[in-house]
Amino acid sequence: MSDILLRASGIHKSFVGVHALKGVSLEIAPGEIHCLAGENGCGKSTLIKIISGVYQPDAGSIEFDGKRLDKITPIDAILLGIQVIYQDFSVFPNLTVMENLALNSELSNKRKVVNWKRMRQIAEEAVAKINFQVDLDALVGTLSVAQKQMVAISRALMFNARLIIMDEPTTALTRKEVQALFKVIMQLKAQGIAILFVSHKLNEVFEISERFTIFRNGELVVTGQTKDLDAAKFSYYMTGRAFSEEQFTATKLGDKPLLEVKNLGLAGAFSDISFSLRSGEILGITGLLDSGRSELALALFGIRQADSGEILIKGKKTAITCPQDAINNGLGLVPEDRLSEGLFLPRSIADNLIIAEVDRLANRFKVFDREKRQEEVDRLMKEFAIASPNANNACQTLSGGNQQRVVLGKWLACGLDILVLNGPTVGVDIGSKHDIHAILQNLAREGMGIIIISDDLPEVIQNCSRVIILKEGKIVQELDAAEATEQAILSKMM
Amino acid sequence: MQKNLKKLTKRSEPYIFLVVLALCLLIEVRSGQFFTANNLVDIASAMVVPGLFAIGTFMVIVSGGIDVSFPALASLTSYATTKILLDAGYTGGIWLPILMSMAMGALLGAFNGVFIGFLGLPAMIVTLGSSSVFKGLMQGALNSVQLTVIPKGMQSFGTSALFVATNPVSGLTSRMPLGFLVFAAVLILSFFIMRYTFFGRGIYAIGGNEVSAHRAGFHTKRTKFLLYVFVGMTASLAGLIRTCMMQQNHPTNMLGMEMNIIAGVVLGGTAITGGAGSLTGCMLGTLLIVIVENSMILIGIPTIWKSVFVGALIIIGTGISAYQVVRANRTGGFKSRIREVKA
Amino acid sequence: MTTSNNKTMKAPGLWARKDSHVVRLLLVMAIWLIFMALTKPTRFYTLINFQTMASQFPEYGLMSLGVMLCMITGGIDLSPVAVANLVSVLMAMLLKELAPDGGLPGYAIPLVFLLGAAMGAALGIMNGILVSKVRIPPILATLGMSELLTGVAIVITGGAAVSKLPMEYATTINSKIAGLVPVQLVIFSVMAVLVWFLLSRTTFGTKLYLLGTNPQAARYSGLNNDRLLILTYMISGIAAALGGLVMLANYNSARANYGSVYVLQCILVVVLGGVSPSGGRGKISGVVLAILLLRMLETGINRFPQISSYYISLIWGGVLLLVMVLDYFSAYRGPRKRKTA
Repeated sequence: MSDILLRASGIHKSFVGVHALKGVSLEIAPGEIHCLAGENGCGKSTLIKIISGVYQPDAGSIEFDGKRLDKITPIDAILLGIQVIYQDFSVFPNLTVMENLALNSELSNKRKVVNWKRMRQIAEEAVAKINFQVDLDALVGTLSVAQKQMVAISRALMFNARLIIMDEPTTALTRKEVQALFKVIMQLKAQGIAILFVSHKLNEVFEISERFTIFRNGELVVTGQTKDLDAAKFSYYMTGRAFSEEQFTATKLGDKPLLEVKNLGLAGAFSDISFSLRSGEILGITGLLDSGRSELALALFGIRQADSGEILIKGKKTAITCPQDAINNGLGLVPEDRLSEGLFLPRSIADNLIIAEVDRLANRFKVFDREKRQEEVDRLMKEFAIASPNANNACQTLSGGNQQRVVLGKWLACGLDILVLNGPTVGVDIGSKHDIHAILQNLAREGMGIIIISDDLPEVIQNCSRVIILKEGKIVQELDAAEATEQAILSKMM
Repeated sequence: MQKNLKKLTKRSEPYIFLVVLALCLLIEVRSGQFFTANNLVDIASAMVVPGLFAIGTFMVIVSGGIDVSFPALASLTSYATTKILLDAGYTGGIWLPILMSMAMGALLGAFNGVFIGFLGLPAMIVTLGSSSVFKGLMQGALNSVQLTVIPKGMQSFGTSALFVATNPVSGLTSRMPLGFLVFAAVLILSFFIMRYTFFGRGIYAIGGNEVSAHRAGFHTKRTKFLLYVFVGMTASLAGLIRTCMMQQNHPTNMLGMEMNIIAGVVLGGTAITGGAGSLTGCMLGTLLIVIVENSMILIGIPTIWKSVFVGALIIIGTGISAYQVVRANRTGGFKSRIREVKA
Repeated sequence: MTTSNNKTMKAPGLWARKDSHVVRLLLVMAIWLIFMALTKPTRFYTLINFQTMASQFPEYGLMSLGVMLCMITGGIDLSPVAVANLVSVLMAMLLKELAPDGGLPGYAIPLVFLLGAAMGAALGIMNGILVSKVRIPPILATLGMSELLTGVAIVITGGAAVSKLPMEYATTINSKIAGLVPVQLVIFSVMAVLVWFLLSRTTFGTKLYLLGTNPQAARYSGLNNDRLLILTYMISGIAAALGGLVMLANYNSARANYGSVYVLQCILVVVLGGVSPSGGRGKISGVVLAILLLRMLETGINRFPQISSYYISLIWGGVLLLVMVLDYFSAYRGPRKRKTA
């Protein structure tokens, strides 16, 4: 036994033209919880794939348990006790929990014939290890995200795992579920299993890890004890930039409300929601994942229809039954999951930018005024500083931050008065997050009314002039900027 | 018990079973001819070829693919087998024809399998292309014509019966063909494969999530390849049995069957998107189509109405299940990601 | 930032690759034309031969235009032939009604086209409703409709052909404008130009491509997906109905099961034309080229009496698979390096 379980040193990896890893190193001791952080594209996924045998490094060496690993395959890695829990958990929604749990080990034993009895035994043992209560005959597709994750973790543990790599495991979890997950991680640690925890959420890094490593642009920036880290250092290491996050204060508050919501309700999601939004302010709405906050966003935008209450826009009662109604009344929604709900990645940047206002760039026969279209595209490209030489390039050629700006640009192009953002910076790296906050604050100063729906408390506190806290579909508290501290919000939302 | 009952109502098989039963009863009440020995045997015998096709189609759809080439494949292999054996003056038993056509079926299935499995090209388009190629081979290269004579072994396989059922009233008799035994054997084998082998579970896994299946350790490419080989073999078997049962080989009269077979499989509750479905449901769906195609005449509906009924059946059947999903989305969460809210 | 620069540099290559599909089709066509020029110059390169081709391909060409639009939305239309046959059966009966004793009134042909197109539109709207409102997967919805409509046509006709039509209809559609251009070609060209215009010059086209790329994002961008889909299937229905009216003139009769091979042929044409079966991508130029290529291959082969015309099916399937494999290998070089993060 050595005191270092995994030692990767001087790892290089290039993909045609891209030097993804430039001599990075990483050390993990048995039973250690190690956090690997870095912005999108920093090379952390590449390193995970090298450790788990998906890629071969171009140079450098990997030692596991004192033995040097050469040209290992994913199966070799699993047999050595290296397990990866991917962001999507790699589960089969159409199969039962039992089968999901037992398939891997049966396959690695090269079995050809199914013995359902033995499969059930394997599954029972697997869930028992972390004391996970679940109906083994339920289809995995019917489970919650957290339960799916537990299935993935139970499955990983069956192989006498010694190192478990978790790729951004908390993205889709509620706060409670994150706590439950951390408890499981501590249990695993107690059994001597090392965890490599990939995340760029600062508070999680502080909460769970003992040591951390940060990559930037394929290089190792820093590695050390988590207790020596603070927020400013963390974002500096991640981005190479120093940020002075600005606390937003509403400067040009309108006197009449832009949007008034009265007793809005949607069965099974939220009820009796009333609030108002004035121009020039940023209103924060926060709550746990099951607080109804996402449904509220969808109802404001007409994707779901509220079944009671009313919405007034600029003092006028407005029926919003579909997204078109919302847009026509000057209300836009930046969805939570930008890749699947916000962008058309293979299509041109231009199309992505103009789609929401497309009818305004055409004559009444819906034929494009091509000059007008081009002017508008040029204007938007410039205004949102989208870094691409040609607006006809596919949107997927842009970096994450630029894509984010395209989504915002699409809505701002319509000349909206009210912008609702659901989780505006979920999965966005620190640099882009800062940029987005700056854009939003500017927009508010120019007189737009903005609603940020988010459970990222620092984000809400820093950007919002008022905060509404939802719990189980009801407003439990409204705080103004002075009262809104993390502690105050948390105590109300749990 | 309660739990089992609840599970049962969530599945689609009981519903399709009830529909089949209702249709049978309707025909029985109107005609008094449905539950007669000879009619049941007729239906069983009419099930053989569509049933064999449906088994292969079912497996392909579960894997997330689709196959529209099996009628062309079956036509080509059965024609080639019959023609070669006729030219050679073959007088032996049924085994050589079966082996020959299945070997050819495996080869042509492998042709599909290479494109779909190893190159990962879309199954719909590949099988569309290969179907065209198979047709071209048969009608162009082999210059196919109708063969009114078939080798002796095939002839006797086609005419010999497991038993003969007689309608006591009309005196009509129906033979239960030997081919039914083959169909039953393939059905049992497929059931075993899908339920008790990791090849079969792999087909479900791939249909559920191909990337995950690969990570879990399934050889996804090989599994898909072998799947299309297997489907080629069952399809060619169906083609040969059809030739034997009809006592002649008509090269083109199976073409166009693919759509009704797919419809039957989907009516039986197999998800067109892959990953879900059972052989029981698949057989019930196929049975429903077969009954509509064969027994409407018993209640005085002329055969020219056949397509209208099959078409309406497809639209209503798939429409009901699709509309349930729409309604569930409207009342429940819009996105599956949103958890059920605790009441 | 470095990665983003790197990616944008690749972009021109990406465009070239998109067009390279059209280039490849042109190349195949050129090779075939040269081959025909070398082997059968006198029997292939005649005005009459080209006129015949131009009067035949609009049958499936029109249907393919509709299928193309549906495929761009990520769907498919398996019902064009059934729509075409039902429309042509009913219009054939109408024609006979209009001319009980031979003489067809002057308004009859425009009326037939108007009514036929309206029927096609109505049937297409039914497809569209099944796909968008009821949410039946397009492949099943249009398959069911196809079966149903064919059934209706069989019931109406008793399975027999409707023939002995007033001669004026066939002679008008089969005539040549200025003695040169077949009317069928004009009908096809009008429809093709219309589809091109819709796709590249109108908001409808842009919306259609975006809907096909990502229906979820389209909804969030405020597009009315259901209406777009219904419109798309409606246009497909109109195109199919026009195809049926051309068939009616070419065969001078109508029947429930004419042109049943066209169903798969249309899909083949569209895919060969470079339309992505998963939606969001495809150009009219590619599809028109594929339509022409199919006709030229078939007619060309027919000029060799010793070769069975059935080989066309083999060649056709082979070309489709070949093009797909070529696309596969040219795509293989590109995007693999993308995921580095």
